[in-house]
Amino acid sequence: MAARAGRIGLQNLPREIEQAALQRGELPARAQPAARKRRLHLVAGILLLCAAVTAALAAPLLTPYAPDAINAGVRLSPPSAAHLFGTDAFGRDLFTRVVYGARLALKLSVLSVFISAVPGILLGLAAGFYRGWVDQVVSRLIDAWLSLPGLLLALLVIARTGPSLDGAILALGITGVPGFYRLVRSGTISLCQLPYVEAARSVGVPDGRLMLRHILPNLLSSIVVLTTMRLGTFLLAGGGLSFIGLGAQPPDPEWGAMLAEGRDYYSTAWWLFAFPAGAMILTVMGFNLLGDGLRDQLAEY
Amino acid sequence: MQRVFRRLVSTMLVLWVASLIAFVILNAAPGDAAQALIGENASESQLQALREAMGLDRPLLARYAGYLSGVLRGDLGESLISGRPVAQLVGERFVSTLILSAAAALIASVLGLLAGLWAAAHQGSWAELGLMSLMALMLSVPGFVLALLFTLVFSLKLRLLPVAGGGSLAHMVLPALTLAVPMLAMVARLSRSSVLDAARADYVLTAHGKGAPERTVWNRHILKNAVIPVMTIVGLHFGHLLGGAFVVETIYSWPGLGRLIVQAVFDKDYPLILGAVLLLAVIYQLFNLLVDIGQGLLDPRVGGEAV
Repeated sequence: MAARAGRIGLQNLPREIEQAALQRGELPARAQPAARKRRLHLVAGILLLCAAVTAALAAPLLTPYAPDAINAGVRLSPPSAAHLFGTDAFGRDLFTRVVYGARLALKLSVLSVFISAVPGILLGLAAGFYRGWVDQVVSRLIDAWLSLPGLLLALLVIARTGPSLDGAILALGITGVPGFYRLVRSGTISLCQLPYVEAARSVGVPDGRLMLRHILPNLLSSIVVLTTMRLGTFLLAGGGLSFIGLGAQPPDPEWGAMLAEGRDYYSTAWWLFAFPAGAMILTVMGFNLLGDGLRDQLAEY
Repeated sequence: MQRVFRRLVSTMLVLWVASLIAFVILNAAPGDAAQALIGENASESQLQALREAMGLDRPLLARYAGYLSGVLRGDLGESLISGRPVAQLVGERFVSTLILSAAAALIASVLGLLAGLWAAAHQGSWAELGLMSLMALMLSVPGFVLALLFTLVFSLKLRLLPVAGGGSLAHMVLPALTLAVPMLAMVARLSRSSVLDAARADYVLTAHGKGAPERTVWNRHILKNAVIPVMTIVGLHFGHLLGGAFVVETIYSWPGLGRLIVQAVFDKDYPLILGAVLLLAVIYQLFNLLVDIGQGLLDPRVGGEAV
């Protein structure tokens, strides 16, 4: 039978059989590289983000130039000792702009996640805790929210605020509310069935305190994971919006806006593409790796 | 049948609330379409006259009621910029978006499924590790960076395909590929894991045990069950593609709905934005509905109580 089972069948024996075979030493023990690999993800993510945060905080110390200082003498010069990442079409130092761009990137992702997390968490707590009509009303509202696919809701908001970085932050924040709402609502519902909540309620802990001090702390790990993932998603989405002109506006050293500005020169000046895009991808990967790593670490508890 | 009916009613309810949200976002104080249209420099009396001409002096809910009754009759209002009916403008562009999304979904599901199946069959090999790492990378590269890369390589360096525009098959290749890449990665990951799950299931073991030939087990038991979740994700993502394509459409100047909306956002052409967004929301909900129904038909386990 084993021969007939083929590759797939052999490697996917039911768990009990595999365990039994393992104990008898008939199968090579599967190494446990998974945990170590995941810790590596976590460390890589933290390192990447540390680099981004350092760049954001210490931008003026890292570079002698200003991000908007125009120098017509060195237009479109390739990377050199004086200009590590080269210069753009206005002769601005690209390294300086990429480093200052980290400030805008972190501002965009942190603020927009904050805007989606706070109402999402509060509404989710209330709906999951009270159920009944509160849950019905809020959940239907969130369904409607989600029926505008992708970033369409963000486009509606930007239509009102006008194209700007702040508008994009608000718009992305609003599109992110349902994710936090759903996570917290379902978590609250299952926690409310546990005896400790019942016990706290029976000794007269007020509702607000029960939600914030007894339920919310137990949801914190999953909220942290979602937050980290969203930081990366919003950074990407915000970069896309800036690129098509609906987010940060040109003189600002936002990575997406920089990529849009350099677009006409790519075929001769590769650095205008490589460095802003690289900065963006590495930062997003940092958030994703951190999120993956945190999820695996926190899942162990 | 009753399940489908109830699902239909709740979909309509959701869409109605969505239209209300969208209308309120675009029309609520402070500032309004008249202000946006006329600019900062207009006098108060000019602004007031324009407001009355556009019917903006009426209360918000009365205007919404008027808009809704128009929508039900197929009248989405007129574009503030071109003056043409929104329904007509949106209708012209909609087909392009649908074609582009369908092409992307097709590329993604065929290639994704092949990659996923291949990876499942070669589980544990280095080639599988490489393929799946590539898929993970494809998920974290932003769409517009991918678009730039494609243009750079295929249009500017190799001069194989046009940079931007619409109308021919050659124009569609790059935008469709750009949209397909993240979806392809998702389909590959999902089909790999669902094949592995199905291969581990009891009924497959039973099939092996009663001596069914390898090929039969693969086709009848493993593939058939593994394809259901893949079809679900493709269906759901197709709706998302419609709403998320605007960045890619704008970069490649593809004459679709997304680019129309982006231009309307720049112009503050509120009726056009509203009409286009609502159309996309309806299509998206329709797809969700079809996916649900299709799932019920394909997978007897979903039938009765679910949803």
